[in-house]
Formats: sequence, C-alpha cells, structure tokens
Amino acid sequence: LAGAGPLGAPLSLLVLLLLGPGVWGQTEPPRDSLREELVITPLPSGDVAATFQFRTRWIRSLSHYRLFPKALGQLISKYSLRELHLSLTQGFWRTRYWGTPFLQAPSGAELWAWFQDTVTDVDKSWKELSNVLSGIFCASLNFIDSTNTVTPSASFKPLGLANGTDHSFLRYAVLPREVVCTENLTPWKKLLPCSSKAGLSVLLKADRLFHTSYHSQAVHIRPVCRDARCASISWELRQTLSVVFDAFVTGQGKQDWSLFRIRSLCGPLPLCPQDNETLEVYPPPLTTYQDVVLGTRKTYAVYDLLDTAVINNSRSLNLQLKWKRPPGNEAPPTPFLYAQRYVSGYGLHNGELSTLLYNTHPYRAFPVLLLDTVPWYLRLYVHTLTITSKGKENKPSYIHYQPAQDRMQPHLLEMLIQLPASSVTKVSIQFERALLKWTEYTPDPNHGFYVSPSVLSALVPSEVTAQPVDWEESPLFNTLFPASDSSSYFMRLYTEPLLVSLPTPDFSMPYNVICLTCTVVAVCYGSFYNLLTRTFQIEEPSKGGLARRLANLIRRARGVPPL
Amino acid sequence: MGLLSDPVRRRALARLVLRLNAPLWALPVAWLERTMRSVGLEVYTQSFSRKLPFPDETHERYMVSGINVYGILRAPRAASTESLVLTVPCGPESPNSQAVGLMLALAAHFRGQIYWAKDIIFLVTEHDLLGSEAWLEAYHDINVTGMQSSPLQGRAGAIQAAVALELSSDVVTSLDVAVEGLNGQLPNLDLLNLFQTFCQKGGLLCTLQGKLQPQDWTSADGPLQGVQTLLLMALQQASGHPHGAHGLFLRYRVEALTLRGVNSFRQYKYDLVAVGKALEGMFRKLNHLLERLHQSFFFYLLPTLSRFVSIGLYMPAAGFLLLVLGLKALELWVQLHEAGVGPEEAGGTPGSSPPLPATQRVGLASLVAPLLISQAVGLALYVLPVLGQHVAAQHFPVAEAEAVVLTLLAVYAAGLALPHSTHWVLSTQAPDRSWMALKLVALIYLALQLACITLTNFSLGFLLAATMVPGAALTKPSGPRPLRAALLVLTSPAAALLGGLFLWQRLQEAPVSLAEGWRLFLAVLAQGVLAHHTYGALLFPLLALGLFPCWLLFWNVLFWKR
Repeated sequence: LAGAGPLGAPLSLLVLLLLGPGVWGQTEPPRDSLREELVITPLPSGDVAATFQFRTRWIRSLSHYRLFPKALGQLISKYSLRELHLSLTQGFWRTRYWGTPFLQAPSGAELWAWFQDTVTDVDKSWKELSNVLSGIFCASLNFIDSTNTVTPSASFKPLGLANGTDHSFLRYAVLPREVVCTENLTPWKKLLPCSSKAGLSVLLKADRLFHTSYHSQAVHIRPVCRDARCASISWELRQTLSVVFDAFVTGQGKQDWSLFRIRSLCGPLPLCPQDNETLEVYPPPLTTYQDVVLGTRKTYAVYDLLDTAVINNSRSLNLQLKWKRPPGNEAPPTPFLYAQRYVSGYGLHNGELSTLLYNTHPYRAFPVLLLDTVPWYLRLYVHTLTITSKGKENKPSYIHYQPAQDRMQPHLLEMLIQLPASSVTKVSIQFERALLKWTEYTPDPNHGFYVSPSVLSALVPSEVTAQPVDWEESPLFNTLFPASDSSSYFMRLYTEPLLVSLPTPDFSMPYNVICLTCTVVAVCYGSFYNLLTRTFQIEEPSKGGLARRLANLIRRARGVPPL
Repeated sequence: MGLLSDPVRRRALARLVLRLNAPLWALPVAWLERTMRSVGLEVYTQSFSRKLPFPDETHERYMVSGINVYGILRAPRAASTESLVLTVPCGPESPNSQAVGLMLALAAHFRGQIYWAKDIIFLVTEHDLLGSEAWLEAYHDINVTGMQSSPLQGRAGAIQAAVALELSSDVVTSLDVAVEGLNGQLPNLDLLNLFQTFCQKGGLLCTLQGKLQPQDWTSADGPLQGVQTLLLMALQQASGHPHGAHGLFLRYRVEALTLRGVNSFRQYKYDLVAVGKALEGMFRKLNHLLERLHQSFFFYLLPTLSRFVSIGLYMPAAGFLLLVLGLKALELWVQLHEAGVGPEEAGGTPGSSPPLPATQRVGLASLVAPLLISQAVGLALYVLPVLGQHVAAQHFPVAEAEAVVLTLLAVYAAGLALPHSTHWVLSTQAPDRSWMALKLVALIYLALQLACITLTNFSLGFLLAATMVPGAALTKPSGPRPLRAALLVLTSPAAALLGGLFLWQRLQEAPVSLAEGWRLFLAVLAQGVLAHHTYGALLFPLLALGLFPCWLLFWNVLFWKR
C-alpha cells in the first residue's frame, strides 16, 4: 500500500471516493457515461462535510435513454432548455466556520434556468417548467410565479457551453421557506441510473442524511464539449448532495469520524497507522491527488473503488479520520469572503435591510457582485441605499435596479462593489412594510414573511496560483465553475434568509366580532342618520310628461283609472 | 433528562461557581468565551461604554464600560431565521454566578440535542440593564439612547422569546417571576402560563411580586392577598421601570420574562436541577412554536399566577373615571354658553342671537398665556435639571446627582408660583368666563392625556386618574380655597408619586418612616430621570411635559383673581 504522501498544511486533507468513468454503456464511442465521487472534507470548525457528485453524460438522441433520466431528457427538449440548476437545501452553510464550500446553495429551494433563444414566451415556459419540476421533485416549486422570479442582469452566467448570453432568456427564483425532507430525496435518487441499489448511492440513507447540520441536494444540467475538439456537444447532468455532520452531536464531543457514521459496510479492514501532522486516515490511500482548490493547495487521499486493490479481500471499506491533537478551542481561521445579513430597527412600520460583506484578505481588494431580491411588500427606499467600507462611502461601479410592482414582481437590485482589503462593507437600504389584503396573508401570518437571501458572486484571490487542469481527468468537485484566471477563483455565496414580521391583523374571534359589529353599526348608523336628518315633504303630484298624458288619455278612453 | 445528573457536570458547576465568586468583581470574559466554545457554541463578545447624564448614586456608576459575552447554539438544518434568548444579567452588586453556571450547564446539555429548530443565544450581560440595552441596540442595529458599542459579529435572526435568569444564592426555595417591562409593557400571557405550567409540573414554588399564591379563596385572606399582589403589580407597571433584565426586550416585540431564584429560608429547597428542568421545558416548548406568541392577552393584571384580570374588565373602570372629566367639561361648556347668550336670551332660538358684546367674550390671551407659561414650566422641569447640573454643582455645595434632584424640586415648586405670574399678563375682563374657559381646556387636556396613557400603560393611567380626577373636577376659584388648595396639592403628580412609594413599601411589608421615605423619594426621582436617559423610559417626560403643566392649569384656576 502506498503512503499518503507529503501532506501540506493542516486541515487540507480530504478523502475522495471515486467510482470511475464509463462503467456502463460500452457499446460504441461516443457513449453515455456515469462517474461517481464522494469527497469527505474535515471542516475548520471540526465538523465533517461529505459531498456526493454523480455525473451523467448524454449524447442527445430522440428516444435513447440509457443512463440519463428520461424525465429530465424530455424536459430539455420540450422547454428548449439550455441550462437548468435546481437546489433544495435544508440548513445554512456557515462560511465563516466551515470555510468556502465547493458549491453553496441558499436555504430552501433555488431554481434558475437558461432557455434557448428559440423560445418565444419565456415566462410561460418558465411557469410550466417550474410546475413540471415541482411534480418531479415533490417540492413546492409551483409557488414560483412572477412575484418571486427575477431576471438578473449580471450575477448568473451560463456554466456550460454558451454562445451569446442574452439575459432575457434567464429566469431565477428562490423559495426560502421550502422544507426539504426525504420526499425530495427519493425522487432525486431515482434520477440515478441504478437508483440507490449500487455505487456510492447505497450510502444515501435518509435517516443518516437528515441527521446532519446541513443538507443540500442539487441538479445541474448543462451542455458540455463532447471531446477535446469540441465539435459537438453532449449533455451533462450533475447531481450533487452535500451534508455536514455535526461533530458534537454525532461524536459526543470527539471529532473523529468514520464512514460507519453514514452506513456500516460489512467487516473491518486491516488498518495501517499512518503518521501525519494533525490528521490520520485509515486505511492509507493508494494514490493521492494534489490540486489548488478554492485558492488553497490541498492534498487528497484517493480511493478508487473500482481498483481491486482497495477492496481486496474482504470486499468492504471503512474510512476513518482521526485527529492526532485534540482540537483546540480557538476560533477557526476565517475565509477571505463571507457575509451576514439582518433586519435592523424595531416596530412594524419601517426597517432596514443590512448586509455585511467581510473581506479578510490582508492586502488584496476584490469585486463582489451582490444580488438582492426583495418581495414587493417591503417597499424599498432606494435613496437610502448606502454602502460604506472602513467608514467611507463606497460607490458601486455597476447598479441595476428594477423596482417592484405590487403583487406583480419583486425588487431586483444588483451591484458591483469593490471590497477593500481587510474590511467590512455594510450595504443597507431602508424599507417600509406594506399592508397586505386580508386574503394575502399566509395561514400563519405571525410567523413572519421570508426575504430570500442575497447572492454574492465574487472572484476571490487565490493563495496559490492554480495550474490549468485537464477537465476530463480532474475530480468532479473541481469542475463545475469555469476557471477564468489563475490568480483568483470564482465563488458564489448566499447569505441567510430573513424573517420579517408585517403588520398583521388579529385573525381571531374578537377581531371578527369587532369587524362584524362595526359593519352592523355602520350600516345601522347610516340608515338611521339618513332617516333622522332627512326632511320629508309631501310632493304635489304633477301633471306628468307627454307620455303620461297620452297614457291617461288612452286609459280614460278604455275606462281605466288614470295613472 | 441528564442535566447535572452526572457527577462530572456537577463538579464542573461547583468549580465554576467558585471561580465566578472571586473577589474584585469583573466579568471573566476570556474564561466565559473559552467555556462557551468548549461546549460547542459560536462565541462572540461585544464591548460597550456609556456615560450617564449624571452620576448614578444608587448603583455608584457614572462612566460605564463593559463587555457582553454571548454564545449562539446553531440549530441543525435551520437557516438562523429565528432564535430564543437565555440571558443572565451580571453586575457588581449581583454577580449572579449561580445563574451563569446554570446557563452554561443548560448550554452544554442543549448542544447535544438534535431537536432544536430555532437558534438559542446564551447571553451574559455586564452592568445588568445597561449591558442588555447595549446588546439589544446592537443586535437591532439602532441607537436610541446614545450608547457606544461595538457592532455584533454574530446574529441569529428574529428573536422570538427571551428568558432572563437571576439567582441570588445557590439555594433556591422559590422562583419569583417578573413580567413588567419598560414603560409598563407586558409579555404575552401565554409565556407566563407556560412558566406556570412547568412550575406546577416540577412542583416548584412560584411567587408573583414576592407574594405566595393564596390557596384558600373561601376566607377573606385569599382575595385580600390577591388584591395586594394586584396593587403591587399595578404600582410596578405604573413606574415604567423594567422589573428585570427582560424588560428591555419587550420594546423589540420579543416576549420575555425574568425568573428570580429566591432564598427566603423556607424549609423546602430546590437544587438547580429543578430550576434547570423548568427552563429546559420552557425552551423546548418555545422551540416548537411556529408563530410568535400572539394568541393570548397582551394587556392584563395579575392577582395570582393562575388568574388574570383582562382588559375588558378593567378598562371600564378607567373609562368611568375619565367620564367624570368629560361630564364636567360638558357642564362648563353649557354654563359658558348660557353665560354668553345671557339670561334674557337663553330661551330664544339659537340661530338668531345678536353678536355678543365685546366685554362678554373670553379673551384668547387669558387662555393662551396660562397654557404657554405652564408648558414652559414643564419644559424647564424636563430640561433644566440635567442641563444645569454642572452650574448647580459649581455654585452650591452639592454633588451632580443631588443637584439634579434639587433642581427638579425647585422648578416644581417654582411652578406653583404660576398664578401670581400669570395675573400680570392677563386682563381682568370677564373673570368668571375666563376661568371657566381655562378649566374647560384643562379638563379636556387632562382627559385626553389620561386616555392615551391608559391605553398604553393602564396602571399608570388609572393611578393618575384616580388621584388627579377628583382634585381636577372640584377645582374652582370660590369656596374654601385653602381646603381646595390642599386637596389639589395632595393630588399633584409628585404627591401621587410619594404616596405610591409609601404604598409600595407598605405592600412589600417593609414600611418606612417619613424621613426614610423622603430619602427614597429623592433617590426615585434621580432614578426616574436616569431611566429616561439610559433606557428611554417615558414616565419622566410624561409627568414633566404633560401632566404637570396640565395640573398647573388647575392650580391656576384655583387662584384665579375674581
């Protein structure tokens, strides 16, 4: 067995479990392929994150669905999709304590899609698409309508092959209130070629996955190059699932971790202790992989599960992480960029939305693209928008604002802000709470109303210069966002969603009684007042008009009493 | 439930209490941070400083600076949109170490549980209420009282409920619950009911206003005790001073109450496990809430823990009191009208009366001058004491705090000389009609003010109405003037305050002598002014800018020159 290799800085060791390329569909090249990967990362706070990625490649054909799920394949053709990104998340990725994620998702449900430029009515396709997805994933995506859909102008670029980016074909929506549970996991697992019968997905046991601090599952569909020449495209479906295991709750205070915590595979392996600075991995890996990921050099111990040497005799593998030193109680190192968002003020009339953006880089400033979607019932006062860093006003170099329309569309605010080195930038904007109509309140109005999280897209400077990598060969977690520049890396962060209370009428019996009584009193008062103040006069009957006289003439002739 | 049941935690708690009881008190910030981090919380600190408007002699502080420490337990699979707060106020007078120990033990226990849906903030504040104020203002990112504090690094969404814990000794024989907050705000009754349920379940002895719950409602004792408790609550609520560290949370619409462990040297004692169990139960229940507490009453009076007087029952009492003012005003209006029309035309049709002679009209000056002068005196009462403290302290041999109180009394007494000053301004035409008009205005002014106060702080409104209405209704510049003057002075706001103080002490079963009472009165005056400047309590401006000028109008009417 090979050693783990020279491992760099502490906390940089990750474990990769690979199920490698082209297992199925060995008929003819080019062919559909599936690749599976599990990355186990010890987080700075001592918790352990596990990220599953399943990549399915599909040569689009009319009726051949080997590995690619048919439901999604039909969706692509029916709605002329160019890209589709859907994530369902329960919990919040705490960037300050857990470090930069491979792929963060906002709490709740997030859906964004690029349509082909052949689509004429994008809004209609979007509406239908969200309804269909709602059925496929058992999620309340059907609540996506014009009041929470926006078309960002700069924050979301296509992740796959794209020629021309006309933003009118992009739609983006977040449902912060969506609750994710096993009912969403099951349809997600069914999209895998073998469901949860074989491969890494046998580890996806709902009772363990939902016993965690953070759970996020996502589906990304995008067109990619079929080969190095890029003459034709194939469709890529990436299914990712990230969970964070709480070291305190699951480990009873110890931060050691093993795969048994997810699921017991049968029988233990003979273990060889491997010395390291802070962290030990059992069994020692056969190969290691070094790369610059998210700006820092990291070493990965790689276990290729298709390699018979890994699972040689007992047909089972248990992984263990052991900390050599007991973890200290110091605060963990902070990432270069993190953010915090809150509502300030008190009372039910006015308030302020504040976003704090932290740049902890000691000497480099970098730009951040901030996207805020605010529901229409919080009426933003745009003139109160202030951006301050280090006590000075910070002018954004780009602002795109689209005002809300009551009951029609939300506010959209996009800004490109330069964050000075080692600074806190505060973006605040005041709002007024609108009064809703009484049928517009949710069944639990006193819970409050959600404001979806801000989206931060940033090019964060790297610590180490990244080498250009071969996309086909490198692990999956590294290849979702296209790397543009070797000195910085792209990162998308989401802040926490907000809960804002609106002025709420008391929907209780006394309230109803008061309403009813007031109505009755108003009606009675009106009629009584009318009766009491009106002066009654006896009106002399007039001769009437011409028609009446005529009628009376005829009546007299007929012998009937006149009108 | 395993809280404190294992000896390791128990020993840790004992060590902690020893550590916290160290002499020369200061909040052990670094130690608290370490301990909270070791139980798995996200720990943050906040430093604050506040220069009080004048030295606080009761608490012996002037330039206050301190550090709040708080740890956030992040609920798994929740996005930090909601949170609950357990706060322990610490200060040099009440180190509250047992409460800190219990809080840390609870934090360690809570951290191991997986059922949390809301984040829980464990907050230790220094300088009790000042620390709470600084933390709350920073959490909501506002500044209403001129507190200087560092911004908060960690937040946990909208706070849904808060519990403040004060334990004065490690032996607890009963738990006292305090609900009255700043400006007489009360938490939702459901929070109190929740506490009471867990008290009953755990067999804890609970008291309200330090009074035991009467068991026997058949004899006269039970109801009598209930009335005493009710009166105590009314006085406490009327004072507008928060009855515990929870009081400041209510401004931010956070339902909150304070639990005080009391050692009254009774036979039955509880260890901290019993208190901890009650707290755990409350937090689990609050954790399950989908909506904010809103179903039950926000306006109530409590004779006992299990009975309440609802707003529908007590509001008519205040309404009838204010009706007296209204009827009196109506009577004056009718009298004025008749006097204006004149006796010979009183029976004639109202539409065809000739224009009144000029002498019979009420001069506008006779109304505006007293109003303006009395309002000016009120403004002086509000502004001068704090503004002129340094001048007073330079020229007279008094400290700043004394100077404030003495200026307050001096301005108040000077206001009583108002009738003599207004007479210079006024013409003496139609004296009868002028005082009637002035009294009419004063009555309406008083009724409006009292009605507004009653709506927001019933106890204050009712107590003021009960004292001020008889004097106001009976005032007129005829009859036995000294007697009426004595009645009016006795029902002035300051006298009502003094009376309330004596009543409070008597109900607390700690009656004071006249001299002690006077000293207490001076201290309370200083505290009232301080509470306005440090927490935004409204009692002082209400009395100085609203009710005292109004009362001066009646004083003016009494000494009207005929």
